[in-house]
Amino acid sequence: MTAAKTTQTPAEAAGSANLSPREVEKLYKTQAQDPAYTGAPAEPRFFLSEEAEDELGGKRMVLNMGPQHPATHGTLRVLLELEGEKIVRADTEIGYLHTGFEKLAEYMTYHQWVTVTDRMNYMSAINNNVGYALAVEELLQVEVPRRAQVLRVILCEVSRLADHILCCGLQGMDMGAFSLMLWSFERREKIYDIIEAVCGARLTTSYTRIGGIFRDVPEDFPQLIKKLLEEFPRFLDEFEEMAIGNRILEDRLRGTGRIPPQDAVSWGLTGPILRASGVPYDVRKARPYLGYDRYEFDVPTQADGDSWARLMQRLAECRQSLRIIEQALADLPDGPVCVENKKIALPDKAEVFDNIESLIHHFKLIMFGHGTAPPRGAETYYATEAPNGELGFYIVADGDMIPYKIRVRPPSIYNYAIFTKLICGGLVSDAVAVLSSLNVIAGELDR
Amino acid sequence: MTPEEILQSLAGRFGDKVASGKSPGNGRVFAVVDREHVRPILAHLRDDPALAMDMLSDVTVVDHLRLEDPLVRERFAVVYQLYSLRHNHRFQVKARVPQDDPSAPSVFDLWKSALWGEREAYDMYGVEFEGNPDMRRLLMPEDYPGFPLRKDYPLRGRGERDSFPQYRPPRGAT
Repeated sequence: MTAAKTTQTPAEAAGSANLSPREVEKLYKTQAQDPAYTGAPAEPRFFLSEEAEDELGGKRMVLNMGPQHPATHGTLRVLLELEGEKIVRADTEIGYLHTGFEKLAEYMTYHQWVTVTDRMNYMSAINNNVGYALAVEELLQVEVPRRAQVLRVILCEVSRLADHILCCGLQGMDMGAFSLMLWSFERREKIYDIIEAVCGARLTTSYTRIGGIFRDVPEDFPQLIKKLLEEFPRFLDEFEEMAIGNRILEDRLRGTGRIPPQDAVSWGLTGPILRASGVPYDVRKARPYLGYDRYEFDVPTQADGDSWARLMQRLAECRQSLRIIEQALADLPDGPVCVENKKIALPDKAEVFDNIESLIHHFKLIMFGHGTAPPRGAETYYATEAPNGELGFYIVADGDMIPYKIRVRPPSIYNYAIFTKLICGGLVSDAVAVLSSLNVIAGELDR
Repeated sequence: MTPEEILQSLAGRFGDKVASGKSPGNGRVFAVVDREHVRPILAHLRDDPALAMDMLSDVTVVDHLRLEDPLVRERFAVVYQLYSLRHNHRFQVKARVPQDDPSAPSVFDLWKSALWGEREAYDMYGVEFEGNPDMRRLLMPEDYPGFPLRKDYPLRGRGERDSFPQYRPPRGAT
């Protein structure tokens, strides 16, 4: 290694010679040359005002909240410039959980990428699975059997319940009402028991397949759902009784993070946050998919648009989800749960083992160059209503069994963009209240 | 209005500045425009009461390096997903962006949601949006040299991971 003789820095020498990190480490003679101390920028490029930068005369303090802070619910970093306890300026930094799901999609088949969708909003993975499956089915122009559609609806709504109550409970925890969190966690575990009975996993479900669902539900599925329908309203009543009128909770949430309706629309907010500002936009109602127009349900809205309204909105939506589940369970038809066209859907695993025809279909779908492929140049933007808002998949196909491009429009990224605007002018404790009411899931924020 | 009707009304207003694209298979239609005309056309889509696209759902970029498109013709296409709450219709607009000057006008003043949508598009594809007040990287580290979602960028990167600044305890420390 002749790094010391040339004018190159060790890092450049390492880059040109394609060395391994261990070899790079050997290049550095002293600790002062170590990139751990020299390579990193001393300060993050954050919008500091002059008053904060002037160390001696400055009146303002810079507070770094996160990325590892319990109140951030994930790896979010917020930089706050404070005057006393009032936030004057704020900036956010995201990407700590960036995993490159969209890049990965360009190297995996349509069938394989279902598993990746679980990892986006891990609180309600089934909603992601369904949204992705619907987008690919729209590209392929297939309609899944009615039983699969109804099961998808039921499980989406069950999963939405889990997501909403977890958010409400964590909102309570951030405000000091720890019992709310424990109650909702207990309830959420019971919901996950249903999901586990159906697909074998609690969080990373991978339940849908292109063209249907992975397998039919167990025989006791109606009893499990009926038990949920019986018990859940009581939980909601208890939760509301505990939360509404709770002086600390209500005082800290009312009036913080108020979003006027025109702002909410312009910033692209969707889901409970938009509806809490009084805009009744719900993809299930506006542009129904999976036969949501067959069920009777309302789109509740709130007037205030503050953190309290968002909490109440989520609780109100839980009741509507229960209505949908009840109706969907009542007209759950019999029949197959996957399309018959074996050029699209993977055959049943049991059949693959003892039927040569299914084995061939399976083999052809899995082999590169033979599997499910939408036509070249086809593209779609398919939006569904995930618990956090509009979850869109924009897919471009190039005639291969690997997508040319998949863009996920996660609700969280647009919901979080407005955050700094909401907290400026408030107190630090309000920032915590607003953050938990936005329900930002880092997995789908960073992807 | 259906997307076809929206496309017709755009063609009536802007003439041959608007090319109509159609996706094979599902038959979705969209408009393809030059980047010089994208702002007036998007402003028209937002402000015309019959169209009233009051929500910009998403901004993204498609890299056409390995998928030649007779309508797009350039390397990049910025894709805008629009939605109208008033009329409950959706529409998609694509703007052509050439390889040698990857930039497009920002629509942040029309819709606030473009702020982070365009930031992410820049972060992943290197298409700069002129007029966006916060054109920093969004997900990747600030000093990251590449644009990871471009088609000529390898899946495992170009070795940037090895040179990330990282903390190592001083030698001899226990």
